[in-house]
Amino acid sequence: MLEVRGLRKAFAGVRATDEVSLSVAPEQIVAIIGPNGAGKSTLFNLITGHLRPDAGQVLLRGRDITGIAPHRLCALGMGRSFQRTNIFAQLSVFENVQAALIAHHGRGRNLWTRADALYRDEVEELLRDVGLLDKAQAEGGTLSHGNQKQLELAIALSGRPDILLLDEPTAGMSSAETRASIALLARIAGERSLTLLFTEHDMQAVFSIAQRIGVLHQGRLIALGSPDEVRADAEVRRVYLGARH
Amino acid sequence: MSTPPACSPLARVPWSLLLFALALCVPWLGSRYYTFVATDIAILSLFAVSLNLLLGTTGLVSFGHAAYFGIGAYTCAILMKSGGVPFALAFAAAGITAGAFAALFGFFCVRSSKIYFAMLTLAFAQIVWAVCFKWNSVTGGEQGLSNVPYPDLSWVSLLPGLSDASPGERFYLLVLLLVAACLLVLQRVVRSPFGRILTAIRENPERAEFVGVDVRRYQLAAFTLAGAFAGLAGALFGLFNRGVFPDFAYWSKSAEVLIMVILGGTGHFWGPAVGAAALNLLNQQINAYTQYWPMVLGVVLVIIVFVFPAGIVGTLHAAWARLQERRRA
Amino acid sequence: MDASFFIAQFVSGLTAAMFLFIVASGLSLIFGVMRVLNFAHGSFYMLGAYMAWQITQGLMQMQGSFWIAVLGAGLSVGVLGAVIERLLLRHLYNRPEIYQLLFTYALVLILGDAAKLLWGTQQLSVSRPPGLEGSSEFLGATLVHYNLFIIAIGPVIATVFWLLLNRTGIGRMIRAAAHDREMLAALGADVGRLYMIMFMIGSFLAGLGGALVTPVRSIVPGMDVEIIVEAFIVVVIGGLGSFWGTFWGALIFGQVLAFGILVLPGFSIFAVFALMAVILVVRPWGLLGRPLTR
Repeated sequence: MLEVRGLRKAFAGVRATDEVSLSVAPEQIVAIIGPNGAGKSTLFNLITGHLRPDAGQVLLRGRDITGIAPHRLCALGMGRSFQRTNIFAQLSVFENVQAALIAHHGRGRNLWTRADALYRDEVEELLRDVGLLDKAQAEGGTLSHGNQKQLELAIALSGRPDILLLDEPTAGMSSAETRASIALLARIAGERSLTLLFTEHDMQAVFSIAQRIGVLHQGRLIALGSPDEVRADAEVRRVYLGARH
Repeated sequence: MSTPPACSPLARVPWSLLLFALALCVPWLGSRYYTFVATDIAILSLFAVSLNLLLGTTGLVSFGHAAYFGIGAYTCAILMKSGGVPFALAFAAAGITAGAFAALFGFFCVRSSKIYFAMLTLAFAQIVWAVCFKWNSVTGGEQGLSNVPYPDLSWVSLLPGLSDASPGERFYLLVLLLVAACLLVLQRVVRSPFGRILTAIRENPERAEFVGVDVRRYQLAAFTLAGAFAGLAGALFGLFNRGVFPDFAYWSKSAEVLIMVILGGTGHFWGPAVGAAALNLLNQQINAYTQYWPMVLGVVLVIIVFVFPAGIVGTLHAAWARLQERRRA
Repeated sequence: MDASFFIAQFVSGLTAAMFLFIVASGLSLIFGVMRVLNFAHGSFYMLGAYMAWQITQGLMQMQGSFWIAVLGAGLSVGVLGAVIERLLLRHLYNRPEIYQLLFTYALVLILGDAAKLLWGTQQLSVSRPPGLEGSSEFLGATLVHYNLFIIAIGPVIATVFWLLLNRTGIGRMIRAAAHDREMLAALGADVGRLYMIMFMIGSFLAGLGGALVTPVRSIVPGMDVEIIVEAFIVVVIGGLGSFWGTFWGALIFGQVLAFGILVLPGFSIFAVFALMAVILVVRPWGLLGRPLTR
């Protein structure tokens, strides 16, 4: 599904991403972990075209998408969520998802019809899936952190993606919220046959659903394998000395 | 721009219809002065609402919106005065020309962000002003173009009950009809799926990109539309003013329309129109007492910025909402 | 056109450039650190001029009255700036930028009329200080001593502020704030006080420039708008937030004004805005500036 080959990116001499290669098979759930500053967000930004890599390739279903404009990714089946919650704050929850659907269906060129009830059924279905239907009229910015993350998920899902890239989906959540959030992710991924690639800090979250785990350290992928393999890896243990697990 | 939730009684009031009916009644008040003021306000409302397409809906702060106002005014005046072109065509041409320039300048502007965007709009507007100021042969230079012909308004007398309408009243009716039509179009645009995408861009351009929106293209489209309607307003203003002058495009005009929009409130479709009316009336009242209108305007601005950032309409709406909540509790 | 003409124009361009630099540097500094585009900067310049006139009126023929007036004008405008920042502007930092811009524009309106109220609308002027009243001949061109003094003092002021920015503790904080103010606050620095000082220094520079210009140009309403437009252009050319950029931008602009008017008389106002537009499109952060990080 997604393949990354030899990605490299340096900022002022510092190698943020150093020859990273990995591949994600369809309907797989892959997690990228690593300490702060390891380059997880940079890697995501490189994959989604937010940053141009100095070298390397990104392939989506065999097609080269390196450095592609971010707004074209959605049409290619890739959705993304952000580390810092990124929603349309002054729009209602309903309007948030509706806007995404309008963009996805290419109806943005319509300057005439009223948009009030457009795609109402689809929006409600998505909101029900992530558990936000009762808050449909609430203003996005007034939601709790956890709810905003759910909204972000709904927005990302409205593009009917085949693969979802989630940047620290449980950042800032309590452990109870994290468990609920991860369960939701796993369920939705299963229901919609999604491929999932996410970065995480929370080890519990990672080890509970990830089928393969990659460990980033100072821009390099120092381990890539099943949870058991990664857990047993010597270098990973060294890097994570003192880390919670 | 937010619209009141469908369940609130405020949303069910047909504001557009109400305002239009109110505006229609003005000539029957009997005073030529009121009709004059109403014409002025109507034209400026269109100008202000067009800017709000950029500011309130798309989140783009333009310091140079008067450029398109001026381009529209000059286009219409030049065509009618020197080319003998009938009003209907000149009017349409004004909008198209202003829109074309907006597309040209906008292409460069939307590639920059925030403060650079604003400064670029200002720079382009000043270029337009400089051209109008210096190009004596076409624009009349510093003196501008005076004695712009009135459009043929004889058809108004054919309408029932209006056979003895004065030229001022006939012109007002024409302006009202045209402005109403333009505002109707703008309202539909704002409430369309296109408008929804614009609000998403305003809220979070990065997020919008990741749901598949080509942000720059939409911003350019909004910029072009806003410029076109500003041009139409400018055309009407040139006729109303019986003359077109370079300061139609000067930055102080851009500041004036920006203040109208903020004063009325960027969050509601009719906010800028209310702001245009309020500013116009305030200006007249204050000028009658003192020559220090700029200072008064400055103080009003400070009050708005610190106390009523949502503008007149925004503040009233919020107050109403709070009242409703208290009643429900 | 002979040598004397060129020299005269060149010197005239340099003089204009130095005045502009003194004023524009304040604008650039404030934007570089606080990300506020202060429209009222021109009003501070105007107030500096009026204050200088007022003080010289009060001091009459006292020894060194001109220099006291210049310093006094600069300081009083600086204090005014600090007061405005602390009481009003500070509350707008977390709001969308348009409110800051509208506020500074409101200041332009208010201060402009306040000046009219206090000093009327007729032209005022201040005579050149004793010692700099004369002029000399050079290769056939008449060079006014006061203007030469201004040309000399421009780089001096530039150097003083450069030293301030690069060799003092507070200068280091200013440069850090320009890069990342959130980080600076996290490090415990009193960003609020820093902003007030920045605004004060910037306003001081504007007032100083206004005071210094009084023997050369007459003090009239409308001088605030004239200078802010020019300062804007200079700062855009040189780079918002770049100190030396403002210096070079002012020099370029001064010469363009001096010689451009002769080459294409009708063209200069158009050319200047076109130049501004070109730079904003091609290299928005100006010749020596840096792309906005925050």
